[in-house]
Amino acid sequence: MRERKQPSQPDENMSVTTRPVGSGPALNRDIQTKIGQQLRAVYDDIVDQGVPDRFVDLLRDLDREAFKMEPGDKDSAE
Amino acid sequence: MNRDPAVRDAMLAAVPSLRAFAISLSANIDRADDLVQETLLRAWANIDSFEPGTNMSAWLFTILRNLFRSEYRKRRREVADSDGSYADSMRTQPEQSSRVEFEEFREALAKLPEDQREALILVGASGFSYEETAQICGCAIGTIKSRVNRARTRLAELLSIESIEDLGPDRELRAVFSGGTGR
Repeated sequence: MRERKQPSQPDENMSVTTRPVGSGPALNRDIQTKIGQQLRAVYDDIVDQGVPDRFVDLLRDLDREAFKMEPGDKDSAE
Repeated sequence: MNRDPAVRDAMLAAVPSLRAFAISLSANIDRADDLVQETLLRAWANIDSFEPGTNMSAWLFTILRNLFRSEYRKRRREVADSDGSYADSMRTQPEQSSRVEFEEFREALAKLPEDQREALILVGASGFSYEETAQICGCAIGTIKSRVNRARTRLAELLSIESIEDLGPDRELRAVFSGGTGR
């Protein structure tokens, strides 16, 4: 199943042409773009927090366990 | 067993967006982080079922979504962020007016039906294609497109957007969230 070719608006996954849904009016492209921007602002605010230490530690521990089986554990930090 | 350090690095690299997705699903930052942790543990334990060369991020999102779905059925949103822990966790502290808009948008997002919200976030924020999103959610591409469209329409209604200006001072908002205002 192929996606229909969209009019050019390369930066936006959100910019697909909207058909009217139910009785609501079709959203114009500008409003769709604005919603997309706000959505990403909310999302990126979390993304920009990076990787909290607990996950760095978790994966390091998992990794270390895995490498225990192998000779020459090079991951000896801490 | 695939214990390539590259696998660990790829999992680590996916953590920020996994958290953002988890928070938008659960609306509770502590639960979201627990969800991410469980996702990583599951993924690690089942790493052999990951096909090298395929999209690690999409695979992790699928695991996270399924974990959330099974838990969600039990708990609903009973512990949604009533104490403001999500808001406190925010990196930026935008000016009052922008902060209000930010919160309004977040609240509107939370009111969307689960199916629509996750489709909108995966396509509109996580950057997955419709095809990848359909795989993550286990449904047809057409279904995802329909959900995304309905989500946007509903959001516009909830936010009472009638004209472009109603969405607020966009330049200000963007300046705030681009991290340009360091204070």
